[in-house]
Amino acid sequence: MNKALPTHNLSIYVANRPGALVRIAQAFSRRGFNIESLVVSPGATGDFSRMTITAKGDEAGLEQIIMQCSKLVDVLACREHSDEEVVARELGLVKVAVDAAQRGEVLQIADHFRAKTVDLTETSIVLEVTGGSEKLDAMVELLRKFKIVELVRTGKVIMARGEGET
Amino acid sequence: MSEHQMNGAEALILSLEKIGIEVAFGIPGGSAIPLYDAMYKVRKKMKFVLVRHEQGAAHMADGYARATGKPAAVLVTSGPGAANTVTGIMTAYMDSIPMIVVTGQSVRGMLGKDAFQEADIFNLTLPIVKHSYLLKNANDIPRVLKEAYHIATTGRPGPVLIDVPKDVGTDLCTAGLDAEMNLPGYHPEPKGYTPETLQAIADALAKSRRPVIVAGHGAVLSHAEDELRTLAETMQIPVTSTLLGKGVFPDSHALSLEGLGMHGTAYANRALVECDLMISVGARLDDRILGVPAMFCRDAVKIHIDIDAAEFGKLVKPDIRCRGDAKTVLQDLLPLLEPGDTAEWRKALAGYKKKWPLGYAKKGGLHPPQIIDALNKLTGGKAVMTTDVGQHQMWAWQFYKCDKPWQFISSGGAGTMGFGLPSAIGAQFGRPDETVVAIVGDGGFQMTMSELATAAIHKLPVKVFLMNNHYLGMVRQWQDMFYDERYSGVDLEGNPDFVQLAKAYGILGLNLKRAADIPKVLKKALEHRGPVLVNVEVVKHEEVYPMVPPGKPLEDTVMEHPKKKKGRPAGRRATTAATKANRE
Repeated sequence: MNKALPTHNLSIYVANRPGALVRIAQAFSRRGFNIESLVVSPGATGDFSRMTITAKGDEAGLEQIIMQCSKLVDVLACREHSDEEVVARELGLVKVAVDAAQRGEVLQIADHFRAKTVDLTETSIVLEVTGGSEKLDAMVELLRKFKIVELVRTGKVIMARGEGET
Repeated sequence: MSEHQMNGAEALILSLEKIGIEVAFGIPGGSAIPLYDAMYKVRKKMKFVLVRHEQGAAHMADGYARATGKPAAVLVTSGPGAANTVTGIMTAYMDSIPMIVVTGQSVRGMLGKDAFQEADIFNLTLPIVKHSYLLKNANDIPRVLKEAYHIATTGRPGPVLIDVPKDVGTDLCTAGLDAEMNLPGYHPEPKGYTPETLQAIADALAKSRRPVIVAGHGAVLSHAEDELRTLAETMQIPVTSTLLGKGVFPDSHALSLEGLGMHGTAYANRALVECDLMISVGARLDDRILGVPAMFCRDAVKIHIDIDAAEFGKLVKPDIRCRGDAKTVLQDLLPLLEPGDTAEWRKALAGYKKKWPLGYAKKGGLHPPQIIDALNKLTGGKAVMTTDVGQHQMWAWQFYKCDKPWQFISSGGAGTMGFGLPSAIGAQFGRPDETVVAIVGDGGFQMTMSELATAAIHKLPVKVFLMNNHYLGMVRQWQDMFYDERYSGVDLEGNPDFVQLAKAYGILGLNLKRAADIPKVLKKALEHRGPVLVNVEVVKHEEVYPMVPPGKPLEDTVMEHPKKKKGRPAGRRATTAATKANRE
């Protein structure tokens, strides 16, 4: 049932104060929204942080969450963005167990996705890949025929295109 | 003392006075000693009231704010002291009451180390405060206090908590008391609407033949009573008020339908069923007034005016949403109005008023509504009334008639038992020259009755009327109606002798057991110069009607105990537990 719910991109610009993250997280959890990814990073000036959240849930619940977040004292803006309005990027690190015989195919896949090799040993390789979340999904899927030892993804960050505000 | 020599605690007390806090309620403890020491040394104008339990302190600050519109402070210690305020903060938050809660805290170096009397009150209270601070630097104190007051009192009001580690209180504060606020994300907007929105509202009102106004707490908080009355009278629109909106439109007005919802009047509920337009002025349209949210006013145009955009569509999806301060919105709306024709509608509603009046039994013992009705007549509805939570609260709402706001003080959203007595104490501190009456039940009263000491010490002339049915009556009513009379955990056997209890505190205690004594006892209580506790031995079984059964729409408002219960094979027994108990 959860699969049928749409995924939403939210960008929250927030004063860098203690408790801000918890207040925002509570707005989601109280209304049964599952946060799929959450990225917090410094904004253009040090007093502010940018949070990018992707979460699954119904439209009515989402509207409530946006309004509940917007009214938090520390929040300057909380906006939802469609995929079309933004550039979205994610970075992933994938550690694959490979011996010399398998390495060639793994590097071929990496090359196709323009991933970089950032670590290499006799028995493993770590690839760094950047792009849209679907691109990362696709590369990881192809690598599953090998043994993926570890996978770390940053979660999606977004920025509004053109004159739009994120 | 020059500002440059003050410590953090002194800066905090001076800042409380500077922002205009007139009274603080609280109890000290280890981590709050610097705050109390500062109060001893630098306090000038602010009154301090030592209470008996921190929940009482929060409810007193709440009652004070509901009676005056001004926030009070709560000053408590860390750990249990702070945790005991949680119910009071939640109560204030649910009902949009401004309050400044200052909690002592373990020293900074011990935070997170399970120090003695350490509680993470900042995180504990996050979902029930409008905003909160954990102070790390004494120099932040003047700014934080100024911000706290601003946040608590503007926009949709609410409680603000400030957690003060003990060593922040003893650190030197070199910042001046005139601090600049730094709130880049906080913009309470009294005019979050466009002229087009107002015109749309005016057009919808002009078209409507069966309009109803739902007046809520927001109308009270923004002092919109005059504008509301002008709106109703100009357009000839009937008005129903929520529990917290009581008095913002005069109960005695010909256009008044009084309360709505679960225990509202049958005519108000009928009006909402039949209306073609519902305009909510500062009501959040909560589950207790809606019946079934999806069925609420389902064929009507729904207009929602609220300062808090998060209320739009929470339960009811409005056709027109208007974000703004109720008074400001109405002031801007009034010039656009064209009187409509509601004559037929008002005639129909007058018929409903005749058909389904509020009523109560008068025979066979004392009945709580009878006492409230008598109090209403004796005080002319001019006393400030506080209530606890339960059946007596609903009867007070129904039978005490207010023509002004700020007169009826009741825990609505939270439904906090134990609220009645301390909120009356707070209200009396705020309005010392007025009669303050508390209507309480024996259940709720016993949750905070230790505050009788506070009333006695300060010789506060609060009049407490204890509707003693030796039961948790509202729960019992539900068990009676919906749980086949399985009375589980509602018999308050073992109640103390409340008159003796009052006497133990040095307070006048009176018993009221016979209907013939009502005028005499009530008069004596109201005329007494000090605090009074009147133990009213009311009938054990009595139910509040009208009632919208839970899960039912307003159409299904019932006027009396259902004779037959659906889904019950044998029907109601000939002799019910209720009739048996009343014979006892």
